Amino acid sequence: MTTSSLSSRHPNQLLVERLIRTILFSCSALAIFITIGIVASLIFEAMRFFQSVSIFEFLFGTEWSPQTALRADQVGASGRFGAVPLFVGTALISTVALCVSAPLGIFSAIYLSEYASDTLRSYVKPLLEILAGIPTVVYGFFAAIVIAPALSDFGSRIGLEVAYESALAAGLVMGVMIIPLISSISDDIITAVPDSLREGSRGLGATKSETIRRVVLPAALPGIAGGILLAISRAVGETMIVVMAAGLAANLTFNPLNAVTTVTVQIVVLLTGDQEFDSSKTLAAFALGLALFCVTMVLNVIGSQIVKKFREQYD
Amino acid sequence: MPGVVERHRGEERFRRFGLAAIAVSMSFLAFFLISIIGTGYGAFIQTAIKIDVDLTLLEIGLEEGFATEDLAKVRYRSVVRAGMRALIPEDLGRRESRALYRLIGAGAEFELRDKVLAQPDLVGSVVSFWLTSSDDVDLYNKAGSTEAAEQQTRLTAKQIEWYSELKSNDRIKTRFNWIFLTGSDSRDPEVAGVWGATVGSFFALGVCLLLSCFVGVLAAIYLEEFAARNRWTQFLEVNINNLAAVPSITFGLLGLAIFLGFFGLPRSASLVGGMVLALMTLPTVIISSRVALQAVAPSIREAAFGIGASRVQTVFHHVVPLAMPGILTGTIIGMARALGETAPLLMIGMVAFIADAPTSLTQPASALPVQVYLWADSPERAFAEKTAGAILVLLVFLLLMNLMAVILRRKFEK
Repeated sequence: MTTSSLSSRHPNQLLVERLIRTILFSCSALAIFITIGIVASLIFEAMRFFQSVSIFEFLFGTEWSPQTALRADQVGASGRFGAVPLFVGTALISTVALCVSAPLGIFSAIYLSEYASDTLRSYVKPLLEILAGIPTVVYGFFAAIVIAPALSDFGSRIGLEVAYESALAAGLVMGVMIIPLISSISDDIITAVPDSLREGSRGLGATKSETIRRVVLPAALPGIAGGILLAISRAVGETMIVVMAAGLAANLTFNPLNAVTTVTVQIVVLLTGDQEFDSSKTLAAFALGLALFCVTMVLNVIGSQIVKKFREQYD
Repeated sequence: MPGVVERHRGEERFRRFGLAAIAVSMSFLAFFLISIIGTGYGAFIQTAIKIDVDLTLLEIGLEEGFATEDLAKVRYRSVVRAGMRALIPEDLGRRESRALYRLIGAGAEFELRDKVLAQPDLVGSVVSFWLTSSDDVDLYNKAGSTEAAEQQTRLTAKQIEWYSELKSNDRIKTRFNWIFLTGSDSRDPEVAGVWGATVGSFFALGVCLLLSCFVGVLAAIYLEEFAARNRWTQFLEVNINNLAAVPSITFGLLGLAIFLGFFGLPRSASLVGGMVLALMTLPTVIISSRVALQAVAPSIREAAFGIGASRVQTVFHHVVPLAMPGILTGTIIGMARALGETAPLLMIGMVAFIADAPTSLTQPASALPVQVYLWADSPERAFAEKTAGAILVLLVFLLLMNLMAVILRRKFEK
């Protein structure tokens, strides 16, 4: 005991301390390097893409057909890289997903935080978490093999034409995946609303549901909105469900019964074939990746700021 | 203002909405699991056909006094085919014989070879073996030869007739499908298995665990125990939180551009897969480790400082051991996420058809979720069952990992 405390003040010990500090510091700085790496590699490759395709065409063009012909004189030899159909497709599927997950998630959260007994809560919360823990490739399989054919069948029975790879099927399943994200954030937010507000409302004679609708929810609304932004970011960046259940061809449509493609689907399609690393096809994937990264980053930053601010407000 | 009765009715309605939302979410989960288990259990069962194989010397083309290694060179395919022909009494033309051979699986001859190699003394006699059937027979048999099965099957009327004859002679049975657990990917559903993909996943997870656990825990220790509260650490924190929410496919793009494009590491290797997964899980590990470190009572640190320990000694001798269960729990949960992740692996080329389990980190490899993706894409109907089976294997692994985390937490909470 005495020896160790003596040696701890030995000059070597100080050196070791400093060394360990440096190692620890560089480990935490690695997180910065990852971010820099992502941004740098995306921007670098995207810049090379924008040398051959104008950034204006990419952002506002409405025709997406990235296949390049074998001979230079063929029709469509250069490929068209207007990404608007992909942005619209992504937005369409995310909207469907949100229409499923927002009401289910928020109502589940309301019930769990305001009505449910502790026993029910302790069973339901982990079960909801299971939905979040299922790998997305499993959701994709489910969407493609079970939901899509069922929707298509149902559609033809009632006289609607539902594409086999409809945005509806992918969006529905994605919505189920996002339910736990929305419900757990909303649950936290609703629980954070101080009881004094509830008691005040009940004291004035409001019923429980009136209190929730007129007092608790309006107070919790900004926080829930932040959570929904995070959910949108998740839906936009989701890959496997749409790769397996959404279409490959770029259609510019707002009808959820049609097949649409998304940004992430096209990244996978462009990069999983056999091709040169330098072709504008592969570089286009990085441009799409950059767009995806920027959008999700903005959504995440705003969403988490709102949620954080909300929590601090009642602390 | 509506009357009291109406208000109370609204009360009940609102409560029911909440309950319904939970019920709908739960029924999604139930529907999900039931349909996956319902489709997937078939992958663990296979149909076998009993064939009398003539292993006399003349038939298998060996001479008296053959060496044991000669047994590996015998053409077992013709032996199997002869055994099949002997099952059907009638004389068959070329085309019909070929239809008959299609009842038996693509791997049957290798199955027979392995059995003969294991028991060389069988040579010289006629022996009955159960050999794996083809996927069409397998599907038809498992569907219970109903009318629906007859509509879906690719078997011809003649083949169905043969099948019924074999069935009535008790030459058809179902058994546990070991091939599914021990085999690797194959174009033929009846010999496809998840072993190769499991080994690939295991390699990638190993790399991921080493990297993300080491770096992640050290980074958390720095941020929680050493870093001064200033702009720089705040920036680091925001950065890590944002990284945790970046779409996983972006990490794949990073891996493709930097690990493959810049450093020239091998494509499709589980080493690169593990590195990309490590980048992805790093923020999760850092965040959960920080929570675990925060939970250690400040009195522990003060006591250590009080008896003269330095900061490094305090942290590594006292705080980290106490936080270890929490750190491990977080790491396991991060690993479970990494195990189910597919998109970044597609980006670095882990989508190739790999027929063997990898033996080193730099060999082309597959991974369990990628195998699910590949099989789900296959047009052959028998692969739908295999896909759901592979999903079940994946879910079992995830369940075990999460169980481990829960047990760990319970054990140390006391």
